[in-house]
Amino acid sequence: MNYIATNAPPAEKSKLVANSHSPLLQTTEHHFCAGCGEPVGIRILLEALSELSLVDGSIGVVGHGCYGGAVTTIDVDILQCLHGRAPSCATGIKRMRPESTVFTIQGDGDMVNEGLQEVLHTAARGENITCVLFNNGVFGDTGGQMTTTSVIGQRTKNSINGRDPAAHGFPIHISNLIASLEGSAYVARGAVHKAGAIAKTKRMLKRALSLQQQGAGFTMVEILTMCPTGWFVPVSEGGDYMADSMEKIYPVTVLKNIA
Amino acid sequence: MTLRLMEGTEAIAEAAILSGCRFFTGYPMSSFTKLLEHFAQKLPENNGVCINAESEIEGINMTIGAASTGARAATGSCGQGLALMQEAIAEAALNETPLVIFNMARNQQDYFQATRGGGWGDYRTITLAPKDVWEAVEHTQLLFHLADLYRAPVLLYGDDLIAKTQVGVEIEAREFGTLPDKNWALDGKLSGTGKSRVTWTFAWGKHNTPGLRADKHWRNIAAKFDAINNIEARWEQQYTDDAEIVVVAFGTVAKFVESVVEELRTKGHAIGFFRPITLWPFPNDALEQATNSVRRVLVFELNAGQMIDDVKLSVADKTKVQGIGGVSVHDSGLSYGDLLSAQSILTRIEEIITGDKK
Ligand SMILES: Cc1ncc(C[n+]2csc(CCOP(=O)(O)OP(=O)(O)O)c2C)c(N)n1
Ligand code: SF4
Ligand SMILES: [Mg+2]
Repeated sequence: MNYIATNAPPAEKSKLVANSHSPLLQTTEHHFCAGCGEPVGIRILLEALSELSLVDGSIGVVGHGCYGGAVTTIDVDILQCLHGRAPSCATGIKRMRPESTVFTIQGDGDMVNEGLQEVLHTAARGENITCVLFNNGVFGDTGGQMTTTSVIGQRTKNSINGRDPAAHGFPIHISNLIASLEGSAYVARGAVHKAGAIAKTKRMLKRALSLQQQGAGFTMVEILTMCPTGWFVPVSEGGDYMADSMEKIYPVTVLKNIA
Repeated sequence: MTLRLMEGTEAIAEAAILSGCRFFTGYPMSSFTKLLEHFAQKLPENNGVCINAESEIEGINMTIGAASTGARAATGSCGQGLALMQEAIAEAALNETPLVIFNMARNQQDYFQATRGGGWGDYRTITLAPKDVWEAVEHTQLLFHLADLYRAPVLLYGDDLIAKTQVGVEIEAREFGTLPDKNWALDGKLSGTGKSRVTWTFAWGKHNTPGLRADKHWRNIAAKFDAINNIEARWEQQYTDDAEIVVVAFGTVAKFVESVVEELRTKGHAIGFFRPITLWPFPNDALEQATNSVRRVLVFELNAGQMIDDVKLSVADKTKVQGIGGVSVHDSGLSYGDLLSAQSILTRIEEIITGDKK
């Protein structure tokens, strides 16, 4: 595995390979790093909302992570909430506006570190909301530190020799936890490192949002997203790195789907 | 007028619902617990929602969510529970989400917590401290109005006595004047139109409709609280015109102090009484005027000395200010101790009067 130098800009400039922004973005300008998986996750979420005709009345709640800056460009009413608290805020919104489609966007640091209690209780209560988790196994925003979902052996800025169970404990499989709760109706884990995975993940998002409209209960889609910057790998290797590390531990699959 | 016998928590819940509160959430903690029970009972019957929050942190964040849609929403707790909410109270102040928080405090030790807050940033929390159940009803209704008027979280400093005392109350609608439109409320109706909204403490706005961003926004927030400080201070004073001694007290404790001052007046003492009704904004100017020509300003509060800081900031000559209260908690830790009695207040004041004569 190559590690990139972080003390200088990349030698090779990133280039635009496809123009595929969602109609629900107010601008194509963005602040994400090259090779980041999060904008792909946002795009398919917004496409899913549009294709299901759920845009009118939709409200998002966004936590704190690199995805946070996108609240300025996503053309949906948004509450930017405190770190980890999105499921609770979304609960309040949905209870007051049951006809709205209410979703959260959170990262692994936001949902599984800071806000674990919120998401578990919200799921157990069977709140009719959809939580979207961008799991990249690091605190991307603060510069690449270990989160609860960092995989064993993963090098981060505060687990520099790799995550060691003796020192750092074991990863949390959040989707499995949520799926075990009676209040959850649909739980799936997708990824955005390959075209096929992206298409599959978009179908997961559509299913989750449709079930919310039917009042089925708590729905969640975890999306494995590349973070070459926080993993300290070259942009072009982000997808392969994810397939070799995170995807092995967190396989892409539907964990729960009530009929 | 038809009075109904109710305990304070029930009266507050009814007053809140009459004020249009449609969302409540809380986590049991005495002296607050009964308030949650009353909301849980009454809100569903009144087209509202009460959620048994799994923690105070979740509760207040749910309340922020509910309030962000424009609904009137409230939560509550006391002491430690309020401590857990501090991050979110600051957040609501800085992202301008109106909501009401009921602190059914166990005693008066939450004064700093209420008036200084433990959150981040330049914010203040409007805090009303009723002296009895009737005033708690009025304050509850006023607080929903003030929250919407200023787009800010506001706090009722109730206590164990207000929570549990049963009195005959009539709860009727009160008019406080017109309020601005909630055009900021998130309803999703602008989603996809290019004009969607965002509620965010940093106030970046959207690409198409940029916000003020943090620096300007936070200056505005600070200016707003400055303005509130000048407008909203409320207080009550008695016999301060000819008083040589003024006793300052807040909340239910002040009601005891008031009766002691009445008694001392009948004994011919030149004594007066001052009760801040808003703990923030503290009625600094009024207290300064009321104490300009007095010999002593006595502060009776049941804590180690918290409000006395504000009294000293108000009184021109702070050497006149003396605390005569103290920590006094029931051994259970859940209510007031034996310093809360007219007799002990009387004794403490009389000791000072006699000492002054020597
Ligand atoms: C209470 C609180 N603690 C810490 C932070 C700092 N913080 C901002 S973003 C972030 C990391 C978020 O990580 P994650 O949710 O995984 O998002 P990513 O950046 O990886 O997409 C942290 C710790 C904060 N904003 N609030
Ligand atoms: S640090 Fe990681 S998560 Fe954040 S924008 Fe860069 S690649 Fe994406
Ligand atoms: Mg992350």
